[in-house]
Amino acid sequence: MDAKYILQQALNALQLGSIYALIALGYTLVYGVLTMINFAHGDVFMVGAFLCFSAAVLLELPFVPALLFSMAGTALLGAAIERIAYKPLRRAPRVSAIITALGVGIFLESAMLALNPYPKSIPTLIDNVTWTFGGVTVSSLQLLIIALSLGLMLLLDFVVYRTKTGMAMRAISWDRALVPLMGVPVDRVVTLTFALGGALAGAAGTMYGLAYPVIDPYMGIMVGWKAFIAAVVGGIGNIRGAMIGAFILGGVEILVVAFLPSTYRDFVAFSLLLILLMFRPHGILGKTRAQKV
Amino acid sequence: MIRNNLLITATTVFLGSLMAVPNARAAAPAIRIGVIAEMTGDIPAVGASCKNAALMAIKEVNDGGGLEVGGARRKIELCIEDNAGKADQSASAAMKLITRQNVLAIIGPNASRYAIPAAEIAETSQTVLITPWSTNPKTTLDASTGLPKKYVFRACFIDSFQGRVVARFAFENLKAKTVAVLYDVASEYNKGVAEVFKANYTKLGGKIVASETYTTNDKDFSAQLTKIKSAAPDVVFLPNYYSEVPLQVQQAHRLGLQCVFIGSDSWGSADLLKLGGKDLEGYYFSTHYAADSAAPVATAFIANYKKTYGAVPDDVAALTYDAFGLLFMAIKNAGKADREAVRQALAVLPGYSGVTGNMTFSADSRDPVKSAVILQIKDGKFTYFTSANP
Repeated sequence: MDAKYILQQALNALQLGSIYALIALGYTLVYGVLTMINFAHGDVFMVGAFLCFSAAVLLELPFVPALLFSMAGTALLGAAIERIAYKPLRRAPRVSAIITALGVGIFLESAMLALNPYPKSIPTLIDNVTWTFGGVTVSSLQLLIIALSLGLMLLLDFVVYRTKTGMAMRAISWDRALVPLMGVPVDRVVTLTFALGGALAGAAGTMYGLAYPVIDPYMGIMVGWKAFIAAVVGGIGNIRGAMIGAFILGGVEILVVAFLPSTYRDFVAFSLLLILLMFRPHGILGKTRAQKV
Repeated sequence: MIRNNLLITATTVFLGSLMAVPNARAAAPAIRIGVIAEMTGDIPAVGASCKNAALMAIKEVNDGGGLEVGGARRKIELCIEDNAGKADQSASAAMKLITRQNVLAIIGPNASRYAIPAAEIAETSQTVLITPWSTNPKTTLDASTGLPKKYVFRACFIDSFQGRVVARFAFENLKAKTVAVLYDVASEYNKGVAEVFKANYTKLGGKIVASETYTTNDKDFSAQLTKIKSAAPDVVFLPNYYSEVPLQVQQAHRLGLQCVFIGSDSWGSADLLKLGGKDLEGYYFSTHYAADSAAPVATAFIANYKKTYGAVPDDVAALTYDAFGLLFMAIKNAGKADREAVRQALAVLPGYSGVTGNMTFSADSRDPVKSAVILQIKDGKFTYFTSANP
């Protein structure tokens, strides 16, 4: 086990962690505002990857327009899902909303299956240059993914903590009953939150599609679950926590494979996460909220 | 009274005339055959090929007036079920075909992980099931006794033969001294081929320098491939499905792992080339038949398939067509459309020459004895490289 092997694995972990982070941000944003787990998020992410595919193959757009196309599409999808599926249930028990979210996810998968059951290959939208430094390989795509996920995290942080809309979002999460009395347009802010979450899923889908260019209608399930776990580990509802959780999950997964037989990966990785949650049940950066009776 | 007699006579004459010309008995019911295919799910290209070949096989027989069974010509009716790439849905599809659609026999499913559960249902319901493409030994073996199942057959060779062929190919043809293996530990097929390969390659005198696994639906193999790269093998063996192999090879190339990659029959879908492109150029895999060096019996099938579907038939299509060929021959030999009679006829079927070569069944096994071919990916096409006999 030499240094260059460890460095290479660390880079792999950064890439995988960034991918998880891009998806985990969307989970944590919606939860932060509505304390609702949007289980359809993984499938919106899948739609994002297919939108990127359509933009690249059918419309022949280059990288940046394709990314924006996918983000705009999933933002609309996120807002539409909120209006059609979640809004009527906003006063219903929380379980109903979760079941609805799962249902929306299955709907999106099945709709995509009906449209196209075949795995698709996303063309290389950006020239992927690989550099080798003393046996360690870094690709421009890897750097782009890491930079984009950090950038989006900072942007989201800015929106939530430095803008008026963000203040409205935080206010809604604080007290949903009182906020409308202060003149905050709750419906519009909630829809905006879902649109923002959708756009994040679109960005994640596009970057994922470039990193792992074979996409299929079921791609959102497993990676969606893992990103959700990352958000919980980091403290769901907390933006920086989602990033930390994602890098921890990616890091643990890669390190287990790097130093133990790869068959142990999920077993060891998830045992570690369970132990972590035993000591910090609200996640690393999560805060305990007083429960109103 | 006289009128009544007349009526009876007329009826007798009419019935008699029907008896005399058996072919005119339009009422002979169609024989129902079930197909379970992976039309949606993770390997839809496999299901599509299976369905295409099944429709072609049925059409040929029906256009020729039907299948001759015990002196009468009977049409074939197809009942197709999608298993959605799920093990439980494969079992329920088999159950539905057997009990509700009342089929004579079932063709499919194709992937071992779906064929094994469906085979259990067929065996307990005493209905013949022929899987075209499932190469895992367990498909045709009884899980508790280890003896062959009575009602489950296949049209392809089994994993142990394939693992042996690829191990010999790596050691003798590619002169590889060290090999690394990466496979899906959650999938029966991948695990089966990988284990036999490792055992045989070591027996030949080669060395397995890395044996890494992942689970179904993983897309990131960077950790495993980095580990493989540090072991510096001559050859990497990837007995994985066509939808995963392109990702694995691309990621290996990005990590700077430059060696020969080889695979097994799960590579043999045209979609492999669509998804993998130039990354796969020059690599090898073992499979059931080569479209560019097929026997004369196969050329008609290939030409016909190309005309109907506009594509070269892949191994699933060829094997599905052969599975139907085996079944039709067994029904003819049995002389009646009866599940038990067809089973008995199939178990002792003498040599059958199909698209994928000559097959014989022996009484103590439900797996045909047949040969394998090694294909190379050359100029974006599957090209015949060599063949291996049992």
